[in-house]
Amino acid sequence: MVPFNVLVLACLAYVAFLFLVAFAVERAAAQGRARWLRAPLVYTLSLSVYCTAWTFYGAVGYAARSGLEFATIYLGPTLIFVGWWWILRKLVRIGRAQRVTSIADLISARYGKSNMLGVIVTILALCATTPYIALQLQSIALSFGVFTAGTPAGWTVPDADTTALWVAVGLALFTILFGTRHLDANEQHPGVVTAIAVEAVVKLVALLAVGVFVVWAVAGGPGDIIARIEAAPRPEWAIEPGRWAGLTFLAAVAIICLPRMFQVTVVENVDERHLATASWAFPLYLFLMSLFVMPIAVVGLEVMPEGSNPDLFVLTLPLAFDQGALAMLAFLGGFSAATSMVIIAAIALATMLSNHIVMPLWLALARRRGGGSGDMRHVVLRARRLSIIVMIVLGYIYYSFTGGTAALAAIGLIAFVGVAQFLPALIGGIFWRAATRVGAAAGLGLGFAIWLYALFLPSFGAGVMIPDAVMTQGPFGIGWLRPQALFGVEGMDPLLHALFWSLVFNTSAFLIGSLVSFPTPVERVQGAQFVNVFDMSGGTQGWGRSVGEAEDLLVTAQRVLGAEAAQSFFQQAAADQGKDGFLPDTTPDFIERLERRLAGSVGAATAHAMVAQIVGSSVVTTEDLMAVADETAQIMEYSSQLEAKSEELARTARQLREVNHKLTELSEQKDAFLSQISHELRTPMTSIRAFSEILRDAGGLPAEDQHKYATIIHDETIRLTRLLDDLLDLSVLESGRVRLQAEEDNLSRLIERALGAANSTAPERDFVIHRDPPEEDIALHTDSGRLTQVFINIIANARKYCDAAEPELWIKPRVRDGRVEVDFVDNGTGIPQKQESLIFEKFSRLTDQARAGGAGLGLAICREIMLNLGGDIAYLPGQGGAAFRVSFPREMPAQTPDSDDVEAQEATGAVSAS
Amino acid sequence: MSARRGPSLYLARQSYRRRRLIDAARLLPFLGAVLLLLPLLWTPEDTPESATARQALYVFAVWLGLVVAALLLARRLPRGEDGRTDEAG
Repeated sequence: MVPFNVLVLACLAYVAFLFLVAFAVERAAAQGRARWLRAPLVYTLSLSVYCTAWTFYGAVGYAARSGLEFATIYLGPTLIFVGWWWILRKLVRIGRAQRVTSIADLISARYGKSNMLGVIVTILALCATTPYIALQLQSIALSFGVFTAGTPAGWTVPDADTTALWVAVGLALFTILFGTRHLDANEQHPGVVTAIAVEAVVKLVALLAVGVFVVWAVAGGPGDIIARIEAAPRPEWAIEPGRWAGLTFLAAVAIICLPRMFQVTVVENVDERHLATASWAFPLYLFLMSLFVMPIAVVGLEVMPEGSNPDLFVLTLPLAFDQGALAMLAFLGGFSAATSMVIIAAIALATMLSNHIVMPLWLALARRRGGGSGDMRHVVLRARRLSIIVMIVLGYIYYSFTGGTAALAAIGLIAFVGVAQFLPALIGGIFWRAATRVGAAAGLGLGFAIWLYALFLPSFGAGVMIPDAVMTQGPFGIGWLRPQALFGVEGMDPLLHALFWSLVFNTSAFLIGSLVSFPTPVERVQGAQFVNVFDMSGGTQGWGRSVGEAEDLLVTAQRVLGAEAAQSFFQQAAADQGKDGFLPDTTPDFIERLERRLAGSVGAATAHAMVAQIVGSSVVTTEDLMAVADETAQIMEYSSQLEAKSEELARTARQLREVNHKLTELSEQKDAFLSQISHELRTPMTSIRAFSEILRDAGGLPAEDQHKYATIIHDETIRLTRLLDDLLDLSVLESGRVRLQAEEDNLSRLIERALGAANSTAPERDFVIHRDPPEEDIALHTDSGRLTQVFINIIANARKYCDAAEPELWIKPRVRDGRVEVDFVDNGTGIPQKQESLIFEKFSRLTDQARAGGAGLGLAICREIMLNLGGDIAYLPGQGGAAFRVSFPREMPAQTPDSDDVEAQEATGAVSAS
Repeated sequence: MSARRGPSLYLARQSYRRRRLIDAARLLPFLGAVLLLLPLLWTPEDTPESATARQALYVFAVWLGLVVAALLLARRLPRGEDGRTDEAG
């Protein structure tokens, strides 16, 4: 008999040992020193987490009740592992290439990173795993109970509950301590995995020890065992074909789909080649674990009293033969089996819960609150820890809610059917490119629902979750929907029945859904990546290339940051790692820091892509590439904006240069004008000064001389005044500030007035004027004063410059195209062709100025006036003498105030005149 | 090509052998499944009671055989597989 205290002590010592192992391995792994972790042995042993307390205790009970059927649970996985080339190899390759962190992550990532699918898978996994955890707690409680009761077969319930509670607390502590130390990008937990491997050894050794004891010490060797089996026939041990095939299939599915198995097989895998070793080593482990199950069951049934729990034969048999040490070893084995399952399952589910449910919720809330994401790692770690606690608490609640159910096996298999619902979406996803999210969701949802309805809820007991009436007659009396006889298939074992219908509907919905729906672009790409993963660049390596990687990273960093900055960064990192003078190890922490540093220069996505290509065995994911493309697009947009801006600047500079040029021209013109004016003004001023000096200085001038000189002075001043008037007039006209007044008038009257006024010029000459009165009768609406001024000027010019002996002037008006044209033609010699263009310029005089008596502004003023009136004045060559044509619209155009631009006035005149 | 007697040279023996090993690895689980489902065909023949021992021995023997076959194949299969060994098969 083993005292309870010793047992507890042994337990605590064992747990402390596990803690130590996990801690030491974690430390070694962080420093990159754990080369032995990469031995395939550790990987294979960690797979043993498939053998839980169910194996240790429940298998013997199962064998005692149903004979050889228990072996199906291990034959299925054997077939899957022996056939690793089909499914497991692809899963592991995909897991490493896509950095998959859980089965929910894989399914979600395959179908376009759909978080909805991740949530469904997580919830389903939660429903299936919680009873399984309860199962483990129950086993531990039962096994403790065997020792505390003093008799092998009884236990006291309150103790069982508190034991289970303490165990649950301890498990939560261990899992949090070693499962959530830090966030590993690969989601690998080397410390935990090693502890699990140690437990695997303890399990195997314990069960083998008990088996050897039973076969050779209690019985008489293998022959005796066989004799015993054949001696006492048990009809219930006959193999049922349906269950034999069905359960093998179910177990095969479970080894792939169980979250904890996915975690150790795919996520924690560090080297693909380990899978080749595991392909035979793990079936061997299962073989050894199963080898002595039947012998123990047979001997137990014979030796132990009636009604003793066959599940506990592994403990009670040694105790019955006073093998306390063996019993304690067996106890530790069972303890290992239970705890390893809970730890790994809690880690796997906590990862799923936090990645697919907690973090998206938290991020959505944070976004709504408007806060930045800050340091996500603390949040994630906290979410993980919380999830672990929630998982284990749920398991405990389930255990206390259903505690004491007789057959442990039932719960396990129900959980298997639950996780089997992942199969179509998973396998379809990795082999069929056309599998879509819609199909996966439909299949999962339907399978989940049927599993709940036909298996999970009824398992709580008759009438607990599903009323009795529904069980026997179906919901609303529909017989075809009875939970355990769906669609009229009666008499089928409930487990197989649920398995069959759930998978049939699941697969059908998955296939039909995928066939009719369209995938999103990301889904298409992910589908190709997953299904064609072996076509992608291979060469997935473990951690082994540290030095080469560090060098490559240094080269890349130098290219991005520059030689000095990169080297000092690396030196600093190496110093931090205690590796002064060498290249730093490419630990996850270092890589993260490097990525962040690079991201400052080239953007986060590009930095990640660069680093991942060198370090990771992963292919750069689609999203990374899309993010890089985004960044590149942004950069290109920015640079094109810069280009546009600099083009604009060049254009503006050109415009400024042109304007500057024009202004320079204008200022030159102004200077020329000013110099000419001062010249024109000076000439009369000189005369005035000279003659006034004579008048002042000369003493006695004869009176007629005085009169002559005074007249000259007077004439000159008049000339000056006229010049200044003309200048002012011209300036006003040119600047467009002239105010014209339109009034009704008649052309004939204008001409009359002009002739009358012009007669004062050179009155001695006798001009013959030829007029055409009928033609002159044209109604006008214009500034008649100004127009008359033009006519006066032309006629006065004719009087001044016409050098014919008998001067004649023809005035010929007409109307053409809505414009009035008046031609003034004399019979003199006209203007030489060379000077035709000069006559309208300011200050141009073709003859000696003194004789003409004008400043040369007359025609310039005429032209300005005509332009203001919307018309024109031009010289007509070849008329026999000087000929001027004045043309103007009948209606003066509306004046635009403040317009300095003559061309603008002309334009408006042209538009409004018709 | 050298004038050697014996098997013709168009067959590259080493890679061919490797590919056939991969095929063997692919077929092994199906063979195992067939063998393990055989007990289903026995039950009508014998009296259910005494069949258990024989069935148990048979099952465990097949199991061990599968383990050994997998071991042999895994040692001979190419290490560090890349896609090319797949496609060529």
